[in-house]
Amino acid sequence: MNKSYLVIAIITMTLATYVPRMLPIAVIKSKINNAFLKSILVYMPYGVLSAMIFPAIFYSTGNTTAGIFGSVVALFLSYKKRSLLTVAVASVLAVLLLEVVI
Amino acid sequence: MKNNLSFKDGIIDALPICLGYVSVSIAFGVLAIQNGLPLWAPPIISVFDLSGTGQFAALDLLKATASYLEIFCAILVINARYFLMSVSLSQIIPTDFKWWQRIIVAYGNTDEIFAMATSKKVPLNFKYMIGLIIVPVIGWTSGTVIGTFAGDIVPEVLSSALGISLYAMFLAIIIPPATDSRPVTFTVVVSALLSISFYYTPCLNKLSSGWVIIICGLTASVISAIKYPVREADDE
Repeated sequence: MNKSYLVIAIITMTLATYVPRMLPIAVIKSKINNAFLKSILVYMPYGVLSAMIFPAIFYSTGNTTAGIFGSVVALFLSYKKRSLLTVAVASVLAVLLLEVVI
Repeated sequence: MKNNLSFKDGIIDALPICLGYVSVSIAFGVLAIQNGLPLWAPPIISVFDLSGTGQFAALDLLKATASYLEIFCAILVINARYFLMSVSLSQIIPTDFKWWQRIIVAYGNTDEIFAMATSKKVPLNFKYMIGLIIVPVIGWTSGTVIGTFAGDIVPEVLSSALGISLYAMFLAIIIPPATDSRPVTFTVVVSALLSISFYYTPCLNKLSSGWVIIICGLTASVISAIKYPVREADDE
């Protein structure tokens, strides 16, 4: 792989990652007052994260059955309001268990 | 819960994110070397980008020696959700944040750090955000170094199982507020159903995941905002 190509390509992808993260937060310096926009912004984190989780979580491991089993474990423990670490470790263990058993 | 978040609170909140990052970034390091990248490249990419999906997609583009324009546009589409997250973050940081504090916090506006920051019930401050960002950066970079230089030490069955950890963490962040609030439950369910239908519908499943996340997340939030407008009093 050509070194100068790689260097410029890395700078390019860094810009494409950083610009969308930076622009709004650098430009919007006051609280948004429009009630409708504010409501959208309250719900947006949940909407965006939910779309990222489903259905990707089912296919996040090498085995879909194990992935679904891990998702159920994660859902249940999240519902029980367990800590992030507990939920993450338990779902990984659940997937491991099923991958080894199957 | 305390009223003032400290640097240490940020570090503590960041620990589970860091663990998830180590496992995913090991996989990135391994894959980068398999795709023919030189040893110096993956750790540098990880420090600069701090972005899972974008970096994995970039490997395919680099392998195919894609044009710079193609790389820029493809990564921008994948990362466009950061635009929404950045708008949201601009509303929950104190208005007196200096410009340099804004551009530093923007660097750390990843899915996981954003999710953690939005879940805080008390006002955010710069010290806390630095703690919350620096630990995952260390985890993401050291995982990449491990994957790059010693990728074969992690058994395949473990690295496969670890793939679920970041998603599990997202669930742990969005489900508890959803159980306490009907509108949040509504948003989560609508967005999940939309995203699942995109995935299984012919043609629609050709759309890049970056667009799907934005379309579903935004649609669900707009419907929720119409159905359940937030009043000033229960805003905080």
